[in-house]
Amino acid sequence: MVKKPRYIIESKCTGCATCMEYCPVKIPDPFNQAISKNKATHIYFSQAIPLITYIDENCLYLKEKKCGICMGVCGKKAIDFNQTSEKVEVNVGAIILATGFEPFDPRVRDEYGYGKFENVVTSMDYERITCATGPYEGEIRRTSDLKPPKKIAWIQCVGSRQVIPGGNSYCSGVCCTYTQKQVIVTKDYYPEVECVIFHNDIRSYGKGFERFYQRAENLPGVRFIRSYVSVVKEVPESKNLIIRFSTPEEGVKEEEFDMVVLSIGLNPPRDAKGLANRLGIELNAHGFYKVNPFDPTKSSRPGIFVSGASQGPMDIPESVYMGSGAASRCGESLEYRRDKLTIKKVYPKEKDVSQEEPKIGVFVCHCGTNIGKVVDVPSLVEYAMDLPYVVHSEEQLFSCSAESTNKIMNVIREKGLNRVVVAACTPKTHEPTFRDSLREGGLNQYFVDMANIREHCSWVHSQEKEEATEKAKDLLRMSLARAIRLEALPEFELPVNKAALVVGGGIAGMNCALSIANQGHEVYLIEKENELGGMARRIHTTLEGLDVQAYLRELIREIYEHPLIHVSTGATVMEAGGYAGNFITKVKSDGKVREIRHGATVIATGGEEYKPTEYLYGKDERVMTNLELEERIAQKDEKVTKCQSLVMIQCVGSRNEIRNYCSRICCTESIKNALRLKELNPKMDIYILFRDIRTYGFNEDYYRDAAEKEVKFIRYDPQDPPQVEKVEEGGQTLLRVTVTDQLLGQRLEIDADFVSLATGVIPPEGNKEVSQLFKALMEEDGFFKEAHVKLRPVDFGEEGIYLCGMAHYPKHITEAISQAHGAAGRVLTLLSHDTVVRSGVVCVVDEKRCMGCGACVEACAYSALSLYETRQGKKVSINPALCKGDGLCNAICPTGAIQLKHYTDKQLIAQMDASVEEA
Amino acid sequence: MCSGRVDLAFILHAFSIGMDGVYIAGCRLDECKYITHGNYYALNIVLLGKRLLEYIGLDSNRLRIEFMSSAEAFRFVETINDFIHTIRERGPIGEKEGVKQEELRIRLSELAKLVPYIKIATRKKLSVRLKDPQEWEKLFTPEEIETLFREVPSYYIDPTKCQACMTCARRCPVDAILSGKNLIHIIDQEKCIKCGTCLEVCPPRFSAVTKLIGETPPPPIPEEKRVITRKGKED
Repeated sequence: MVKKPRYIIESKCTGCATCMEYCPVKIPDPFNQAISKNKATHIYFSQAIPLITYIDENCLYLKEKKCGICMGVCGKKAIDFNQTSEKVEVNVGAIILATGFEPFDPRVRDEYGYGKFENVVTSMDYERITCATGPYEGEIRRTSDLKPPKKIAWIQCVGSRQVIPGGNSYCSGVCCTYTQKQVIVTKDYYPEVECVIFHNDIRSYGKGFERFYQRAENLPGVRFIRSYVSVVKEVPESKNLIIRFSTPEEGVKEEEFDMVVLSIGLNPPRDAKGLANRLGIELNAHGFYKVNPFDPTKSSRPGIFVSGASQGPMDIPESVYMGSGAASRCGESLEYRRDKLTIKKVYPKEKDVSQEEPKIGVFVCHCGTNIGKVVDVPSLVEYAMDLPYVVHSEEQLFSCSAESTNKIMNVIREKGLNRVVVAACTPKTHEPTFRDSLREGGLNQYFVDMANIREHCSWVHSQEKEEATEKAKDLLRMSLARAIRLEALPEFELPVNKAALVVGGGIAGMNCALSIANQGHEVYLIEKENELGGMARRIHTTLEGLDVQAYLRELIREIYEHPLIHVSTGATVMEAGGYAGNFITKVKSDGKVREIRHGATVIATGGEEYKPTEYLYGKDERVMTNLELEERIAQKDEKVTKCQSLVMIQCVGSRNEIRNYCSRICCTESIKNALRLKELNPKMDIYILFRDIRTYGFNEDYYRDAAEKEVKFIRYDPQDPPQVEKVEEGGQTLLRVTVTDQLLGQRLEIDADFVSLATGVIPPEGNKEVSQLFKALMEEDGFFKEAHVKLRPVDFGEEGIYLCGMAHYPKHITEAISQAHGAAGRVLTLLSHDTVVRSGVVCVVDEKRCMGCGACVEACAYSALSLYETRQGKKVSINPALCKGDGLCNAICPTGAIQLKHYTDKQLIAQMDASVEEA
Repeated sequence: MCSGRVDLAFILHAFSIGMDGVYIAGCRLDECKYITHGNYYALNIVLLGKRLLEYIGLDSNRLRIEFMSSAEAFRFVETINDFIHTIRERGPIGEKEGVKQEELRIRLSELAKLVPYIKIATRKKLSVRLKDPQEWEKLFTPEEIETLFREVPSYYIDPTKCQACMTCARRCPVDAILSGKNLIHIIDQEKCIKCGTCLEVCPPRFSAVTKLIGETPPPPIPEEKRVITRKGKED
């Protein structure tokens, strides 16, 4: 590997940003899409890790050996212009490619005028423009005159779904929804802005996306127009833009906008070809890294895994669980080396100071010049010395630097400190650093408090030095008042039971079980049916033509042959209790009840096929569901394969008032069946009546293929759905489908031999019970609710429980496998440890003060509190293993019987009182 | 610690030590990173707090809650500046409202004493999640607050009925009951938080505790008269 020079010594830079301030060179800010300027030395963006600077190649010193001011002002001597590209060699057992995608560059096609017309921006530009840390500090402005736009157009599918030079034939899969997000954000801040979205199909196939689309669509002043468009010209005076489009009602029209946003798609990662060559892996037809649909992170070369959008367009949740899945797949081959490279830190024994008077050390940080330039640090040091219980007070250039934290540790030992106050920055950044210094000094880590005199004083009051210093004194006094009352809190360790329970033996459950078991953990796999396989038992091929049944047989064989996997079929969960690391679940199978002890639980209860009541289903045997059609195709039922005409109706049981979600897979399922039928009988007339075709990603290729093979796609309006009726004609009972063709504006009558309904995926009836038993939250549609829809897509809010597969939301086999591996990866983060460490910041109950009202029990989202009977009536008890330290119970308790440790009433009130004491 | 940790008592305490305004910042509603959604509790506490301020004659604009993510520095700056402006306009607490400092101190401390009672009485409403900001103002109405204060109870132990069984004293969560073996129990009204536990637990055969609404409980009987002589013991 070649590591580019940063010209900053990473170990020395503290991220104080002094060099940035003095740097005289301004460059187009690469993070803000070059819309605004930044300094040649800067921090890439405000959440960058590590949060330190780098020097851009436009630096004067790098270019002409002039300037060098930064070297002079850096207090840590962290600037090093002698750095050069470094060759780094590492020996690894596996490689994960997560190189992401490259945004489509609309300059390659000039029909949109990007780069030519100032007020045409890409969605990436717009993303930065709307961001609070963006070029206009969150104000939406157009480039030409920096005025807020009044009318914005979004153009969808720029660079996607286009089989033309420079375009991509696939669907980028994320643009419909990110555009809706941008519209909502825009309307949130500027309700009067008019927003028009020119789109093709709306592909709201993700979890919650359908409702999100409705939210955007129902906003006042928002129009969704289905039309291809071109940006015709720029109005010279106003720099406004004229867009030409057409609608079935009004024909070709032109409309003027003051800003145009191009919803650009996702290209393969930059230099994918070069990297693929160097690593010896293959690319797919679209230039992304090629993977195996049944092993979604596996590249064409063993040991090399691919995750995220570098293997194809995908949204955040898919990328997140795929990343975790790739880690789990690596773990399977590298398990024998787990923890071989980790070094465990050893701390001295903790001193008991509970009987001592407080002895506080105060450390005031200059943060380079960040604090010291505004706040009078020496006077603060002096001021602290006069405050109660302070026995040591000193200033430090950077309290967070290694030498300063060492100093803190030494002072604790030498002066016998039992409390430490660091007046520096936000505890968000360095509290863990100082807690560690306390541990090294032999103190309980909760004996430190931080006074944030940087963000709250020097930064916000940079022009009012005296007031900033006075405020710093107030904050310091408050911090000390709290410090005096701090208590030693134990961080208790709970042993972890190394086994996992997987609920549901479908494709997701089995893959998850295998990946966990392959990393050396026992897995109990329970399935309510008498056979493993779930929904996949009814699926014969994938869209790509892979044999699902053969795959399933092999998977089931692997499960049964695995020595660490224990399968129970026909199983019911009777009881479930415990907490992360220590669950106890009672399972009934074969008439026997068994108690399973396990550290982690995976919910993979799958989905079911909606059984329709519409369109004569059940009343005429010629009407069937997509899965039933697939079964008959697989059996080569000639009645079907040799018929003359077949109509498929999409969105049956989905995207309606009862099930307000898109079932994600039915469009593909219909196209798969249609292609298969066309292969067997090219003359068959196949009609697909749809609302939006949602063949996202590379599935788009098959949609195009179907259209080319003359499968007829007819769009219908949900307000005017197709009719299916039996008609007697010529002594025969015909199945007649009537639909309004929106393009032609006519009623079409199709006499079909068969009708196949693209029925949605519904959550299994049993989810409710599973939800109650495992305290796993369910959302309104009956699927399970992940902890965070984007960032924690396989976790539950409750620790130690994970989910995957259709239990989460309808999804394709490849996605279910990917999510199953993702859940396995998350399970391993828990099971690979011998113990789980619990924060000391938990609630405690003073039983005497508890009146047993139960208000706290209701407030606790984690079921950490429960009422029990005592001789003195009902009392509350707490399970600290479940407590997350939010303190709601504390605030709602009428008697003060519950206290959140580290943030007790006394500590917080004392802090308030100290704020008004005379300085 | 979540914004839902903000106790009604903290808000009142801040005003009582002379703060002219209280601003609470919480995460955006419905965007809880956990499953707690404690910001709704914080919102409800603020909605209640505003009504309470009004009840004691203070301007409810002195209390504010705003919701934002950690990435929205500008929103924070904007709202805090606006709040400062609001408070500057109103000046020191009580001044524009025409409540004298001494009177203010008394009202706030009386109110603070009632926090446990208020928490018990408003418990159901404190846990609701009002998604529509239009609904917020209606969560607590001034009439409701009037009623809340009109119905502040006092608990009183009837000395003629008390059998000095110590049950109430043992169960009182705040040790507000003066008791002793064979001594008639007395409720220390200063310490009492009006939770009603004593009423609930007093054995029905004695029924010595009464709930008084709108009445001041009679003064405690003198200490020398508190000794109970029991029939059984005399024999």
